[in-house]
Amino acid sequence: MTANGWFQITLFLLIILAITKPFGVYMARVFTGEKTFLDPVARPIERLIYHLTGVDETHEMHWTEYTIAMLLFSVVSMILLYLILRTQQWLPLNPQKFGALPPDLAFNTAASFTTNTNWQAYSGETTMSYFSQMAGLAYHNFVSAATGIAIAIAFVRGIARREKETIGNFWVDFTRSCLWVLLPVCLVVALFFVSQGTIQNFKPYVTSHLVDPQTINVTGADGKTASQLISTQVIPGGPVASQEAIKMYGTNGGGFFNANSAHPFENPTPLTDFVQIILIFAIASGLTYTLGRMTGSQRHGWAVWGAMAFLFVVCVFFAYRAEARGNPLLHGVSQTASASQSGGNMEGKEVRYGIADSALFATVTTDASCGAINAQHDSFTPLGGLIPLVNMMFGEVVFGGVGAGLYGMLVFVVLAVFIAGLMVGRTPEYLGKKIEAYDVKMAMLSVLIFSFLTLIFTAISVITTFGKAAITNPGPHGLSQILYAYVSTAANNGSAFSGGNWNSLWYNISTGFNTLLGRFLPVIPILALAGNLARKKIVPESAGTFPVTTPLFASLLVGVVVIVSALTFFPALSLGPILEHLLMNAGKVF
Amino acid sequence: MTNVTHARVKPLWTWDIVGPAMLDAFRKLSPRTLMKNPVMFVVEVGSVATTVDFIYDVAQHVPGTGFSIQITLWLWFTVLFANFAEAMAEGRGKAQADTLRKARFESIARRLKDDDTIEEIPGSKLRANDIVMVAAGEFIPGDGEVIEGVASVDESAITGESAPVIRESGGDRSAVTGGTRVLSDEIKVRITSNPGETFLDRMIKLVEGAARQKTPNEIALNILLAGLTIIFLLVCVTLQPIAIYSNSPQSLFVLVALLVCLIPTTIGGLLSAIGIAGMDRVIQRNVLAMSGRAVEAAGDVDTLLLDKTGTITLGNRRATDFVAAPDVNLAELADAAQLASLADETPEGRSIVVLAKEQYGLRGRDLSSHNATFIPFSAHTRMSGVDLDGREIRKGAPDAIEKYACHNGRDPLCAEVKEAVRKIASSGGTPLLVAENRHILGVVHLKDIIKGGTRERFDQLRAMGIRTVMITGDNPLTAAAIAQEAGVDDFLAEAKPEDKLALIRREQAKGKLVAMAGDGTNDAPALAQADVGLAMNAGTQAAKEAGNMVDLDSNPTKLIEVVEIGKQLLITRGALTTFSVANDVAKYFAIIPAMFAAAFPQLNVLNIMGLRTRESAILSAVIFNALIIVALIPLALRGIRYRPIGAAALLRRNLLIYGLGGVIAPFIGIKLIDVLMGWIHLV
Repeated sequence: MTANGWFQITLFLLIILAITKPFGVYMARVFTGEKTFLDPVARPIERLIYHLTGVDETHEMHWTEYTIAMLLFSVVSMILLYLILRTQQWLPLNPQKFGALPPDLAFNTAASFTTNTNWQAYSGETTMSYFSQMAGLAYHNFVSAATGIAIAIAFVRGIARREKETIGNFWVDFTRSCLWVLLPVCLVVALFFVSQGTIQNFKPYVTSHLVDPQTINVTGADGKTASQLISTQVIPGGPVASQEAIKMYGTNGGGFFNANSAHPFENPTPLTDFVQIILIFAIASGLTYTLGRMTGSQRHGWAVWGAMAFLFVVCVFFAYRAEARGNPLLHGVSQTASASQSGGNMEGKEVRYGIADSALFATVTTDASCGAINAQHDSFTPLGGLIPLVNMMFGEVVFGGVGAGLYGMLVFVVLAVFIAGLMVGRTPEYLGKKIEAYDVKMAMLSVLIFSFLTLIFTAISVITTFGKAAITNPGPHGLSQILYAYVSTAANNGSAFSGGNWNSLWYNISTGFNTLLGRFLPVIPILALAGNLARKKIVPESAGTFPVTTPLFASLLVGVVVIVSALTFFPALSLGPILEHLLMNAGKVF
Repeated sequence: MTNVTHARVKPLWTWDIVGPAMLDAFRKLSPRTLMKNPVMFVVEVGSVATTVDFIYDVAQHVPGTGFSIQITLWLWFTVLFANFAEAMAEGRGKAQADTLRKARFESIARRLKDDDTIEEIPGSKLRANDIVMVAAGEFIPGDGEVIEGVASVDESAITGESAPVIRESGGDRSAVTGGTRVLSDEIKVRITSNPGETFLDRMIKLVEGAARQKTPNEIALNILLAGLTIIFLLVCVTLQPIAIYSNSPQSLFVLVALLVCLIPTTIGGLLSAIGIAGMDRVIQRNVLAMSGRAVEAAGDVDTLLLDKTGTITLGNRRATDFVAAPDVNLAELADAAQLASLADETPEGRSIVVLAKEQYGLRGRDLSSHNATFIPFSAHTRMSGVDLDGREIRKGAPDAIEKYACHNGRDPLCAEVKEAVRKIASSGGTPLLVAENRHILGVVHLKDIIKGGTRERFDQLRAMGIRTVMITGDNPLTAAAIAQEAGVDDFLAEAKPEDKLALIRREQAKGKLVAMAGDGTNDAPALAQADVGLAMNAGTQAAKEAGNMVDLDSNPTKLIEVVEIGKQLLITRGALTTFSVANDVAKYFAIIPAMFAAAFPQLNVLNIMGLRTRESAILSAVIFNALIIVALIPLALRGIRYRPIGAAALLRRNLLIYGLGGVIAPFIGIKLIDVLMGWIHLV
């Protein structure tokens, strides 16, 4: 580990801390209808949209109506994407003449992008037309993010309101998320990316002749090895910059190219890389401040932020440490960082970013359910790879996906308040709202769904041939690959322990359903919880009230998050990455 | 906080409770009973599964049954221990019910028929609205209200208090309880409850746990526990495929053992015992709660309304000082005041006599020779006094005496007396003017005496986050002074019953939970409106029906103790839940390496306790899991002590003890059991 590495990580955290309040205040203003500097531009567009769609922006929705609106919108969007992917050969902007996606892959991709997961069982540059990328995938990057933010805001309203039947209007929250929160930043950032070298064009791919042709050995179907001369290279193009901004800012993570943010056309410089990481946390971090502002307890917002930041710091420390230590089996090879080399485990990492930045990126992208990568998590050391896995097992609540991170964390807050609240001798209260049987039931349900999906799909896949077919490394690493796939899809992250052959019927269908169920099933009890909280009276705070603003509360919250996920996944983890690590130390690798 | 009333605390482990409880533990194995407790039901299903597997293994001569029989036995013990905990709590309740039942023997009632003749019928045949006559020496056959007469009644059967109490028709002391005995006089009683619904019946049902319904927090906690159980069930079910993938499939015994260790059996096994014991503790303090919900609500109370008289101050005011007018000497004033009070039987009057005697050596005199005429207090004149030998002595409230002494339109009060009156009133006292022949002699200072330790109690309540409001009929000036001296947070002066009701509604509108104690019929609306209404047993039937708790000792300060019990109940549940879940960490470290170290010796790194063998590790975890239930029975039954130190401090403390302690304790416990089993060569 180097001073420079720690400087990058510290600088990152400080910037996140600094932007939390401005982002939070801005979003609070947007969603409570206060004036913002963007109103002159955005307000007329918003009015026009409502006028065209017949939305009554003053209409307040009961939680059931809110949920139905959200689900209907998602279903229609998903069908649209499925149709685009199935018919892209007839649609414009397809210079490479890519054919339609097979039904299972189209379903998997449509489900994955609708749910803000962006699990990619395809390679963008060899599968997707520019039209599919722009009108299909980038569109979903915006709307799935906006949906997440809307749900989070509705939940916060549920906490803040007293004795109300409604939690807001989905269409309004959704439209405002797009027009005020997502689009303006993406516009600016996309231009910045272009200035750094990210490509933005509609040109067909370019075939160029190599200055220095290479000879490689290829194993043919008959098992014989033959040498082959490579003298040309295909250079892809596309409208990348515009998609790259929302990919990070909306914690979507679906790369234009298969290599994702490790590809120089997506992420050309260390500066763009740093900006990308900041974009992942920006909204999620700001939303904690919005929570504090809208509920009138700013310190509670910071306590939640503190719990998230703590988990982030611990995880980035262990990821960085594991990667910087390198591979113990490479005896006699210097793996210490020096002026001439980055040191550590560089397998699967971009030399442009190095160890610290790759560890930071991996931690952030899995803390927040982004799933973009700038290094192959599969090639991390066992313990380094454990961190992304654990981050997702927390349920994507360490800042988390836009909106989803906050409402996911608030479910843990409700559970923490309930368990520990009893210990102060009162019916547990959360910001004045009594936490009762119904609330506990809904909170438990949403936690249960995630564990259920992940464990069941993993269990099926590790004992079936169609399941094990995806494994590229035997033993504990193979288990990690499958576990990672289902944790990633259920938690709507979308990154993979790559190397797996995921484009199969079983995985397309199972991960597709996993993303859908992992996103929309928990949201129903969560919105029900929000609706129920909104109905409650607010009990004024007293010396006997459970404090949700203190460091003690933040550590309790950390404890609940860690304990719940650790107890659920410890056996699987001990047979996966932990065992792999122990075996590696004993000299056995996979 | 100290117990003001002496709870009838019973020793925890007595054979007459433990014995039957052991039997009950087996009876409660019935799946129909256990279904109500999802956590323990899962354990029972697991036990049945391992039993069947064990029998099959024995029949097939599979080796290693020594381990599987031990696992199976300890799984059954886990269920039995949880049942035993519940049976213990119920047993303690039953013991109390039996004492109560003794009071419920068959009595003969003398019922007044419509034609005013009396018939004798068994007490159990009485219906509500029957009228009965009860004479000295007879037992009151049922709960009712005195509608005629006055009698002294021995209520020791239900209150444990041997001093007889007065029960009379009208007023606020009209309620009588079935099973109590009339000591003197004869009363006419209207029965208010049907057979099987009397006070005593309800009380017996409650303490026996028969009428116990789950409280809201208990239901919420049960949902949480059920959720955790499902998660762990999932973990164990899906572990087998993962184990098969890793080439180390597990036996049913090991998987069930892991499951039982992970699911929250500690709290699951003790949860209902905690609830029953909580009710039991309330009853031990002679408070009868109509439901567990009421006790739990008491723990949530934000505002406590307390009547000044009897709760904050001793029942009566006492004379503490004489202040003479400038032209009068003190002894003269004291003499007049004493004379005016000689026939005054009120406690205030008597205290004036006593003060005059103590300070000026004035003895009570026999006034019969002086041709004395006593003027009793009347609502009209609002004075009392005496006429003797041409002297006309009067005492009364300042405005009444002022009016009496006023003649020729001249102000009878000199500046000094006025000042004295103002001073006394503003200090919380009551000034009483004394006049002789319409000439004002001076002032008697009557003072409210605040009960000892009151201020400390209110300080503690404040630390709990509970605001105290004193209710008094006094004027605001007096009320403010007493409120200040007693240390209450707020007061309601010149309170009428409807003001009380309005205050409760106001507090509730702010989202607060309000508790109050009351006895009179005019308290009934407020008692009904309050979230926790503690009615005095000596009070009227209306008050008792309006409240959700009745204090058999008729001591309003009990409210504070009930609040504590309510809090204790929640703390005990929360703490044991935390403890139970925290325990899982150590169990994983015991069982996971034991499961997989055979296939992957490297995993022994996780065996941080250094447990001897695979079998011993798993068995030690299961045994610890079972024994911890028994070990925590006393804590569950007695409840975790509540400390009024504020929520933040309390949370820190309990998290440290039950959270961190819950992580550490099983590491030590499992290791000890492992070592012990090594000594006796069990596995």
